[in-house]
Amino acid sequence: MTTTLPDLDENRPLTLPLQAEVTLPNGLTIIAIQRRSVPLAEVRLRVPFAETPLAPSSLISQTLLSGTSKKSTVEIAAELQTVGGGLNAAADPDRLLVSGNALVTGVDRLLELLAEVLFEASYPDHEVDTERDRLADRIQVALSQPSHLARVALLKRMYGTHPYAVQTPSVEEVRAVSPQDLRNLHAQRVKAAGATLVIVGDLDPEEALAAAERHLGAWDGGGSPLVLPDAPALVPGPLVLADRPGAVQSSLRIALPAVRRTDPDHAALQLANLVFGGYFSSRWVENIREDKGYTYGPHSSIEHSVAGSSLVVSAEVATEVTAPALVETLYELGRLASLPPAEAELEQARQYALGTLQLGMSTQAGLAGLASTYAGFGLRLNYLAEHAARLQAATLDDVRRVARDHLAPARGAVVVLGDASKIRDEVAAILPVAS
Amino acid sequence: MQIPRTHYQVERFTLPNGLRVVLSPDRSAPVVGVAVVYDVGIRSEPEGRTGFAHLFEHLMFQGSTNLEKLAHFRHVQGAGGTFNGSTHLDYTDYFETVPSNALERMLFLEADRMRGPRLTEENLQNQIDVVKEEIRVNVLNRPYGGFPWLKLPPVMFDTFPNAHDGYGSFTDLEAATVSDAAEFFDRYYACGNATLSVSGDLDLDETRKLIEKHFGDVPSRPAPQRPDFDEPDLSEERRESYVDALAPLPAIAAAWRVPNPITKFGEYLPYVVLAEVLTDGEASRLVERMVLKDRSVTSVGGYLGFMGEPFEVRDPTALLLQAHMPPQGSADKVLATFDEELDRLANDGLAPGELARTQARMATHLLRETDAVLGRALRMAVLELQRGNPGLLNDLPHQLSEVTEEQIRQAAAALRPNRRASIEVMPGGGQS
Repeated sequence: MTTTLPDLDENRPLTLPLQAEVTLPNGLTIIAIQRRSVPLAEVRLRVPFAETPLAPSSLISQTLLSGTSKKSTVEIAAELQTVGGGLNAAADPDRLLVSGNALVTGVDRLLELLAEVLFEASYPDHEVDTERDRLADRIQVALSQPSHLARVALLKRMYGTHPYAVQTPSVEEVRAVSPQDLRNLHAQRVKAAGATLVIVGDLDPEEALAAAERHLGAWDGGGSPLVLPDAPALVPGPLVLADRPGAVQSSLRIALPAVRRTDPDHAALQLANLVFGGYFSSRWVENIREDKGYTYGPHSSIEHSVAGSSLVVSAEVATEVTAPALVETLYELGRLASLPPAEAELEQARQYALGTLQLGMSTQAGLAGLASTYAGFGLRLNYLAEHAARLQAATLDDVRRVARDHLAPARGAVVVLGDASKIRDEVAAILPVAS
Repeated sequence: MQIPRTHYQVERFTLPNGLRVVLSPDRSAPVVGVAVVYDVGIRSEPEGRTGFAHLFEHLMFQGSTNLEKLAHFRHVQGAGGTFNGSTHLDYTDYFETVPSNALERMLFLEADRMRGPRLTEENLQNQIDVVKEEIRVNVLNRPYGGFPWLKLPPVMFDTFPNAHDGYGSFTDLEAATVSDAAEFFDRYYACGNATLSVSGDLDLDETRKLIEKHFGDVPSRPAPQRPDFDEPDLSEERRESYVDALAPLPAIAAAWRVPNPITKFGEYLPYVVLAEVLTDGEASRLVERMVLKDRSVTSVGGYLGFMGEPFEVRDPTALLLQAHMPPQGSADKVLATFDEELDRLANDGLAPGELARTQARMATHLLRETDAVLGRALRMAVLELQRGNPGLLNDLPHQLSEVTEEQIRQAAAALRPNRRASIEVMPGGGQS
């Protein structure tokens, strides 16, 4: 019987896939990436969507594929299916993202249908009416979900009057959107300038560029995209308690300041977050789950948006241990902000960060998501290699310094969603609670 | 559209102790997926111990022969990898995805817990607490928790293995003991009752040697006889409802028994395709009719098996349709429309191109799942465990594309109201 842990074989090099890129005269950038693993293609179209009105922007993602001057919603879906394809759209305060995939032999047809939708989406009255009701119902369901309610309260606390503060429209706002509002929004903002199309698959990148250019070269450019103001710096203050009577768990959230992907401290902050609570083998998860049993899936991650980055700590804990879970969380944040981690903790976090870079690149869908997200920040896949080098180079002192500057509890904004009648007094004994 | 075929190499062998192994090399990315699957799941847990299979899965992460508590997590993540486990009706899986330089370490970790987890009172109590929080997150503190996978089986089935709540009652979870866990391990976690699958960036000969080195001396124990969990089909309709205090809107799910997924695979496949004809995308039968035309539902979905895994479930199982309704929605109307559309399919057949486009989209979905090394390793491990045929992964898109219109019509014709079990969610208020 082998009783000793086998050593790791030497690290595999991080190899970037074959790719090609072009920016068309209309301002659309196309990036094509080869991964021949399965005979499919993944497509991601990212259109800048800053400063679009919230309710129409939410509804346009539900109706973009609801019909063109030539085809009905069912015909579009059927023709996509014919090549093994599908498309869907989603919007946030930064971008409209159209995602899809198909058998690779159908990628040309998928791009042709995508172009038809971009050029000629018609937002038919009946279909818009249907989707408006569906979206209103979905929002009503979201309002009964603790994860959504906690997110709403946290964003409001973090961003004040910035467009990031409110990312879900009210049911009433959705009901007030007309088909003409959508047509106007599409005409003004669904434009090629600043947009990025990523195609990944079992394909020749140059041929994929040519196909995309053939279909999307005539897309209207539409001038320069709007840019959001920088997100405001996080303002520390009393804990916000959001009441959810009868809740059997409390949703604990702490926002902390983070840095952008391109910041020299980003790699060190990522490592500090891992040591704190960013993966299972972290101090916080080992403490509040594996030692105390307060929670099932606590997590902590750095969220990057175009106008700013933040670090968000999240846990759903049993109502009766809300205050002790908060204490342990503040303790682990404070401990890392005031004392350096052990060398072994840093190395473990470093290996995890480096390894998961490799895992993230190992599928077509993973590559497509990375390439599209990075493109939205003006970055390319070579960022992966640069980031890997920075992760390798980060020292204990770097991690200690960024932990002090970013993870200290004094810098945080705390939101707790739960049954206030049961938790208010205990939570107020730990932190001041906003009235 | 030509349905493409994959050509993953599949190497199978069985160690002298009975462990079945599947290797599938693919060197397109420097990562490997490792999966160990045990032939025990929710249906095998004892009465009075609902939720035990899942609780035991948690205990398999709490240390083993040579590993302290927390060591497993640290060794996987410290090698740059990710891990998890999950408990299903008919199997329990444990898996890692890692950069390929960590393959041997993963084999060591899985072999170590196959020899035996460290079962202590402290770890048991800790994980009972964690599982209770998991149930609160996924069932008790959210709308539509457990709908329909925990709510519909007790309507459709009469025997404990098929009907009970697989997440478990808090009473049963709190009653679990260390000796229950030891017995469960002895009975079900024999290496003859498991498969190991590795896919991705591996060398066949070298990997086989590493597997023999780490798993070769895991003591041989016989696999338990798996009971037949079959029950008679329904002869008259069953319909129930419950109030979900957190749900703001009504919903309904319906299920019909389907042929044995293992022994009658050829008869079963048409139902897998039928579910997609009915519900995959805007151009599917029920979405077009109910969401876009009638507006009687806001969403509708269809799938095989209560956990939505058509190729990882054994008999007895079902085809499910589920729909979320608008505020004034009528469950009667939804069920009547299901019947009408099934009749229409059975009587009038499919439109030109309708079947082929559905099959093309299904091929994309299947191929996409297998692009990830872990998706491949998991599916092959279960195909080996349940069918002795991991290579089926390469053939599935084609086999689905060979389902004929006549078979779809027959499958639709079999989904009669008198064979249906359904469960309705009555909204209890919603916004709290």
